[in-house]
Amino acid sequence: MEVFAPTVLALPGPQNRFAMRKQHTHLSDEALVALVARGDEDALAELYDRVGRVAFGLAFRVLRDERHAEDAVQEAFLAVWRTAASFRAERAKASTWILTLVHRRAVDLVRREERRRAEPLADEPTLGGEAEGTEEAAWLRFERERVQSALKQLPDVQREAIELAYYGGFSQSELAERLGVPLGTIKSRMFAGLARLRDLLDDSTQEGSWKPEFTS
Amino acid sequence: MEAGIHELTAGYALDALDPEERRAYETHLPGCERCLRELASFWETTEALAVAASGPEPSPDLRERILADVRAEPPQVVVPFESRRRRAVPVLAAAAATAAVVALGIGLWASSLSNELDDTRAALERERATAAILVDPDARKVSLQAGDGQLVVNPQGHAVLVLDGLDPAPAGKTYEMWIVPGGDIGRANRAGVFPGRDGAEIEGLDGVVRAGDVVAVTVEPAGGVDAPTTSPIVASDPV
Repeated sequence: MEVFAPTVLALPGPQNRFAMRKQHTHLSDEALVALVARGDEDALAELYDRVGRVAFGLAFRVLRDERHAEDAVQEAFLAVWRTAASFRAERAKASTWILTLVHRRAVDLVRREERRRAEPLADEPTLGGEAEGTEEAAWLRFERERVQSALKQLPDVQREAIELAYYGGFSQSELAERLGVPLGTIKSRMFAGLARLRDLLDDSTQEGSWKPEFTS
Repeated sequence: MEAGIHELTAGYALDALDPEERRAYETHLPGCERCLRELASFWETTEALAVAASGPEPSPDLRERILADVRAEPPQVVVPFESRRRRAVPVLAAAAATAAVVALGIGLWASSLSNELDDTRAALERERATAAILVDPDARKVSLQAGDGQLVVNPQGHAVLVLDGLDPAPAGKTYEMWIVPGGDIGRANRAGVFPGRDGAEIEGLDGVVRAGDVVAVTVEPAGGVDAPTTSPIVASDPV
């Protein structure tokens, strides 16, 4: 495929890298994506530093396998690199976008690895030990409790539909079959459940969520 | 179905739609402000679910592997080109032109990844059909004044456009190629459509390219149109 030679731009050279990194820590996620779109590798590294841990936790939750989870995250970040130019901040936060890519990859992989999701809810992963006590770990714990408490307020059938879909990677028709209910019922449960969860989370945000700035 | 399609927003945000419904939803989405808004809010909810998933730390190698991937990628070009017609040809505007679609694009980008294998196979088929031109020692390479890639034209005027850095076309849209006599866009002749994919795109043109023609690509409604309705995002130098 070496039939063409794309124009190469003046990108920051290695000698600037340290200085660039220092600047990047002060940028918003969205600004970093804009830099990624211009081929700025340091900006991608900074995005990974901010979102990578959550991304991996999500992929691991779906895939139950570190190697597969790493593959999902790796492919998702490559997609970030390739498609950053089309990202539009008015529609989604950069972190939301990245996690959407990670989740889609993880679900694609888990659907190929049928055996991995026999019981997606059987065990609840816990936070890794290393980062306990850090501000990020505290925030993750806070968020997790907030989301779990919201999930608990959903009717069981709605919570089940959401958890099996999002963490288990089951499609709507797979869920209908697994749970022995009509597809239409699954669709309704999912919609009602997600809408309710959104409202519950909005309420608890107003009560006082906090998110520290993670800068490396 | 139309009433029910809004309800699919939740399944879409959770990546739980079956392939057929996912495609239907992605076709519906760009034109539906209600779904776009709802999807944006649902994505915030799924992001909370993602954060709540938490798990073990990724291995420190992962960061390096990602950066190594990126270094192996061809350079990206998103700078305004100096057009010979002294007209700013907006390469980045390729995305801007489809801004309405962008939220949806997020899902599309992801699905394009999952379809990568099929796309690669299809690309290989296309490549085979156009390989003869690409390897023809008498073929001329014509550079692009806008866009990233090259036009290859054999002595018979059969041409292949080699592009890099185009995103897959948004749902309901396609890339359409044009042979433009004398560079006069009003006289553009259809030269084929393609959906776009990640990575390099190799497209044989329908029709014959003659001296002085410009080859251009525009974003058009799916299926293509008879005359360009948008500004070219790719344009060759005159052949």
